[in-house]
Amino acid sequence: MGDLTGGTLTAPSPVRPAALDVPKASSELTLGDKLGALRMRLNIGRYRYRVEPGLYRLGEPGPSSPVLVTCNYKLTFDVVRSALPGLDAWLLVIDTKGINVWCAAGKGTFGTKELCERVLKANLYEVVDHTTLVLPQLGAPGVAAHEVQQFTGFRVVYGPVRIDDLPAFLDAGMKATPEMRSATFDLRERFVLTGVELSVAWQLKTLAILVAVALASGVVGLSYSWHSLLVRGGAAVLTALVGLLAGAFVTPLLLPWLPFRAFSAKGALVGAVFGIGLSALLFDSIGSLAAPAVALATVVFASYAAMNFTGTSPITSPSGVEHEMRRAIPWQIAGAVVSVGLWIVSAFI
Amino acid sequence: MSGLRYYEDVVTLQFDADKCTGCRRCVEVCPRGVFEMRDKRAFVADRGACMECGACERNCAYGALSVDAGVGCAAAIIRGWLTGTEPSCDCGGGSECC
Repeated sequence: MGDLTGGTLTAPSPVRPAALDVPKASSELTLGDKLGALRMRLNIGRYRYRVEPGLYRLGEPGPSSPVLVTCNYKLTFDVVRSALPGLDAWLLVIDTKGINVWCAAGKGTFGTKELCERVLKANLYEVVDHTTLVLPQLGAPGVAAHEVQQFTGFRVVYGPVRIDDLPAFLDAGMKATPEMRSATFDLRERFVLTGVELSVAWQLKTLAILVAVALASGVVGLSYSWHSLLVRGGAAVLTALVGLLAGAFVTPLLLPWLPFRAFSAKGALVGAVFGIGLSALLFDSIGSLAAPAVALATVVFASYAAMNFTGTSPITSPSGVEHEMRRAIPWQIAGAVVSVGLWIVSAFI
Repeated sequence: MSGLRYYEDVVTLQFDADKCTGCRRCVEVCPRGVFEMRDKRAFVADRGACMECGACERNCAYGALSVDAGVGCAAAIIRGWLTGTEPSCDCGGGSECC
């Protein structure tokens, strides 16, 4: 249904009047965008990184160009627009309160109602001459495709999981290969995601607890020792950091090669290796009671941190995570109690 | 996928083959390759891979699929236990998120 009033018959159909005010989304990222992405990966201000919802132009789209739907988390918006240089498309950004597609779909904010409202608000009927919306596949938990079609007349096609596959998907006539449909979790993907896990280390709450523990470590028997504050306090802080490193960084990287299905067990194993090493290093300065406390605490920290990585992985079911937690948490609590007990007793002997 | 498997026996996915019309939607939305087409109907080929995201149930117009969908995230489940509510990422609330 090309508009014949403008241009020639052979030229691509001209942009319709309704599309003239649509803002352009550049496919090039600025330095600010890149620094912003790094900030997000390190979990600094991650919940306030948004773009205005609505329709955007990618390249020079016309009435027959595809409509791609995404969320308004700016990191996602940037990944999408920079992955598609040379592609002419409409980008319909829906309001997910600045949350990525997968998490927002789980909550239902990347959902049927919001999508339908955005289609109407953007007046897509006047902008394009077709009735197809391409959604990210990982948005499917929040969107009922058949309901969207009922309410808006637009047919939902789920695109590939990864935006990099989108050009091939479009070229193939909107057909995805099984690979394009599968969530992956390769080494690079796991590495990128560890930043948010490690960010516990630079949160104020954590720093406050570490300082408190270090100060308490100055207590020796009934007196206070600055030497003990340095040695025992330093050991305590080091234990927490090594445990976190083992559970939130090393375990995620080694995930597929570690035995056990439970993430907490994988973390405990890595924690044991690091904990034994650390307590051997500290043995001479902290003594034979505090050294096993250090090893055990490292195991507990690592196990707990690794367990939390379940939320980041695309393989864990909620039923499975709950099953794991009911088995792991009693052990983690027991380990923590024994470790703290040893640590306190060691201050008085 | 890199041989990573999780607890498989606790998966809550249910499929009613009698209601299936063979529209392929579940094959399209599942990010874990749980479904295949066999004899013009969906077939649960790898139930243990299911991560209970709920995409298939939400997109099955014929009610052939059901799953206890939710967030497979320890922090969210702990929050659910503590507050007595459904596990939720609480994304956007300024706290920890999956």
